[in-house]
Amino acid sequence: MAIGEGKTYTIPIGPVHVGLKEPITAWLQVDGERIVDVRIRPGAIHRGIEYMARERNPIQVIYLAERICGICSFAHIISFVRAVEDAASIPVPPRAKYIRTILLELERIHSHILWAGVACYTFGYDSAFNLGMLLREKVMDVLEAMTGNRVNYGVGTIGGVRRDITPQVAGAIEEMVEYYKREFSYFYNAVTEDPIVKARMRNVGVLSEKDAVRYCAVGPTARASGLRVDLRWSSPYEAYEDLNVEPIVPQDYFGNAQGDVFDRFFVRVMEVYQSLEIIEQCMDGLPEGPIMHEPKPAKLLNLLKTADGVGQSSIEAPRGDDTHVIKLTQAQENVTWWKVRAPTYANAMSWPIMFKDQEIADAPLIINSIDPCISCMERMLIVNEKGSSTVATKEELIRICRDKTRRLMHR
Amino acid sequence: MINKMLFINIKQFFKKPFTNLFPLAHIPDHLLAVLKRVKSGEVELNPPVPTPEGFRGRIAYDKDKCIGCRLCVRVCPANAISYITEEKKIKVHVDRCCFCAQCTEICPVQCLSMSNEFLLASYNRKEQVVVGNN
Repeated sequence: MAIGEGKTYTIPIGPVHVGLKEPITAWLQVDGERIVDVRIRPGAIHRGIEYMARERNPIQVIYLAERICGICSFAHIISFVRAVEDAASIPVPPRAKYIRTILLELERIHSHILWAGVACYTFGYDSAFNLGMLLREKVMDVLEAMTGNRVNYGVGTIGGVRRDITPQVAGAIEEMVEYYKREFSYFYNAVTEDPIVKARMRNVGVLSEKDAVRYCAVGPTARASGLRVDLRWSSPYEAYEDLNVEPIVPQDYFGNAQGDVFDRFFVRVMEVYQSLEIIEQCMDGLPEGPIMHEPKPAKLLNLLKTADGVGQSSIEAPRGDDTHVIKLTQAQENVTWWKVRAPTYANAMSWPIMFKDQEIADAPLIINSIDPCISCMERMLIVNEKGSSTVATKEELIRICRDKTRRLMHR
Repeated sequence: MINKMLFINIKQFFKKPFTNLFPLAHIPDHLLAVLKRVKSGEVELNPPVPTPEGFRGRIAYDKDKCIGCRLCVRVCPANAISYITEEKKIKVHVDRCCFCAQCTEICPVQCLSMSNEFLLASYNRKEQVVVGNN
């Protein structure tokens, strides 16, 4: 290909690609090996979940919310039930709050170790990938012992949790924390001390602090750019109110934050250690008491039927802020409307910045570096009567969006 | 590069594989032929990993106990439970079930429960319907 002639070629990555875990298309404009521009085209995995919620009552929607994402399923549930609790003013017993926190942190550990392993796999470090998978098995076992499932735990409910921490599970959690404190450093050292890994990740996909603010990056992506953003720290929820969670930023360890793929890797690995600490603290301070505000689901449904209003909740999912907004109407059993903003949607905006002047070979690594969850993100697809899909312009989308709000206001 | 991970990798060569080879160690050429030989006792199947405590498998339904209150129909997220008006009983479509156990929790007479059965794939859709004992 011609280099430096100002002539560019377009290369698509995706919608289905070995370097990607989920379907999304990145159209790369390349000049030789250098990426000049990129256009991200989502739309391959839209499922209409928000629409489906409108013919279900809040208890049914819990399981729908769980299926938005396979990895951060519990984060989505908690965000959803917190929004419902906000709308219906349902209190949560303290023990349930602690159990929720423990589960959220277990999920964060499993998500981050999976991501770290897959990142190694993306650039061909397969032994580290396999070691990551081996390490992840321990936290999956604990989740299985606690909830009966490995993914989609199905233990969250409005006003509490459905499964208690038995002494047996407490023992398993304690053993897991010890195991990770002992074994996780092998993985961390193997990856961070390897010169090839450093060469592949340092100064690749840089997102500066200024750009991270401008493009509203969230979660570990923003923290790797040096921003102290963490909802567990800035607006604590559940048991985080009693704990002191500090956001992990690379400048505390290296002196400065470069905002590259290595920093994102580092932030996630350090967050695994932070999560272990939080779990330990929660296990020590686990209060006694009931785990549900209303143990009878039939009564809970009647209680929710009397609720009226809009509830909102933002929590720190493994990938960033996960926001759910819900409207419940009095005397109406079903959810009136429900809106989800998953963290990937905010992070995907900064992809074009990260891609600028990088090589094509780094593209899958950069795409993976924000830990994208495409199924979380896809909320918008327009299909016309003939069945072909079109891309709506910004003005059109705003108009449609406002029309919908107006329609719902009149209901 | 020499590090701790290298030793872990080398150790793996001498360890038994962690994976439970269920149901057979190798994929057979003809699955149905193997299943026939299993019946006659020529071949033995590897047992699956035991299910954890609190596992949610195929729903078990005690039809006699059921009072037909329809609460489970109301709470099922997957519309897997249909109500039989003439009998005032229900039937559960396991192929639609998402195994959340919300119906067993809401049932006022505890006629629904989650069993440990998890090998549910079949060619026959009628096998996927739980109609209860009789």
